[in-house]
Amino acid sequence: MKINYFPGCTLKTQAVELDKYARASAKALGVEMEEIKDWQCCGGVYPIAKDEIATKLSAVRALDYAKHNGGMLLTLCSACHNVIKRVNDDMANDKEINSKANNYMKLDEPYNGETKVIHYIEMLRDMVGFDKIKQAVKNPLNKKVGAYYGCLLLRPSSVMAFDNPENPKVLEDFISAIGGTPIKYPFRNECCGAYVKIKNPDLAEQKSKNVIKNAKSFGIEVIVTACPLCYYNLKKVANGEIEVKYITEVLAEALGVKE
Amino acid sequence: MVNKNELENINRISGTDVKKCMKCGKCSGRCPAFTEMDIKPHQFVSYLAQGKLDKLLNSKAIWNCLSCMACVERCPRGVAPANVIEAVRDTVARMQGKDGISANDIPPIVEELLPQQLLVSAFRKYKK
Ligand code: SF4
Ligand code: SF4
Repeated sequence: MKINYFPGCTLKTQAVELDKYARASAKALGVEMEEIKDWQCCGGVYPIAKDEIATKLSAVRALDYAKHNGGMLLTLCSACHNVIKRVNDDMANDKEINSKANNYMKLDEPYNGETKVIHYIEMLRDMVGFDKIKQAVKNPLNKKVGAYYGCLLLRPSSVMAFDNPENPKVLEDFISAIGGTPIKYPFRNECCGAYVKIKNPDLAEQKSKNVIKNAKSFGIEVIVTACPLCYYNLKKVANGEIEVKYITEVLAEALGVKE
Repeated sequence: MVNKNELENINRISGTDVKKCMKCGKCSGRCPAFTEMDIKPHQFVSYLAQGKLDKLLNSKAIWNCLSCMACVERCPRGVAPANVIEAVRDTVARMQGKDGISANDIPPIVEELLPQQLLVSAFRKYKK
């Protein structure tokens, strides 16, 4: 099974492990992730303002490419996923953004949100199946694991439709499948401080510290995330007291494909 | 003095209908940046409805909003306070010399593990 894949800029630089272990694990599970041609950085954050058109075009380009190559686009970084899925929703449902973007792009046929955007975790759940992953596990995780959803996978839920935004469970199901003990803790869908790290580092640090403190109080040993910025913000304040890992790293370990 | 065009434009690019707000305060109650917001999320909505543009354009809160969308998720009336904040932030950042960050701010904070995503996101949010 082959699937179009949008890696994003950070997975080519700071977060190469997130990418590398995703590909190795997918391969072991029978999925080939094929990097799409000439992708451009998604911009990191979804431009909310209705008159922001140019900043949405890199997502439209990737989506249009995927439309003509099987109709599906796989994402992994939570930020890319958020941006691309929300732009896709605009192209399907916002007439003004749709017509401006299409006018600018001059495609052979207009892009109207036809591509299905799917996150790596959704691919594991819906295309591979957590049961099949369970059978493929060689080294069960055997740790108390806290899933960290943050904001980007869940909100706004009207567009992201990833899971229940107030009480999600897909990452906990994933952790169970690879032999870990998922622990639900209240701050798993709280913000890590995000890009405010640059403008108001004290506020951002306070946010990530709250997450770590909360996870620790629940006896969690490892926090897993799919976002390089959450990873960075959380790891900075974790002080080695709690491990912070990418979802794909624990998966690759469990499948025995981590080099 | 209220600049009508600017007011209309902020309403338009926010894509949300502030008149639907019933002033329940749920958005502000959920906001993780609450303590750092000189104007609270529910006030962004009501100030915009009242045309209090000067207050909005001079707020510090626009630089502290995390775009976490928690306020949007909780609003029982389908209003999007985060969209209002972004519309105001964009309006300010598009003014000459009013960007929230400049390229000179970056070198001192760059360190080995800092992800590109952070820089790209901050520039998208704070500089136009
Ligand atoms: S999006 Fe901004 S205003 Fe809304 S809850 Fe998050 S930090 Fe607060
Ligand atoms: S949650 Fe919605 S209705 Fe309540 S104050 Fe905020 S914007 Fe208004």
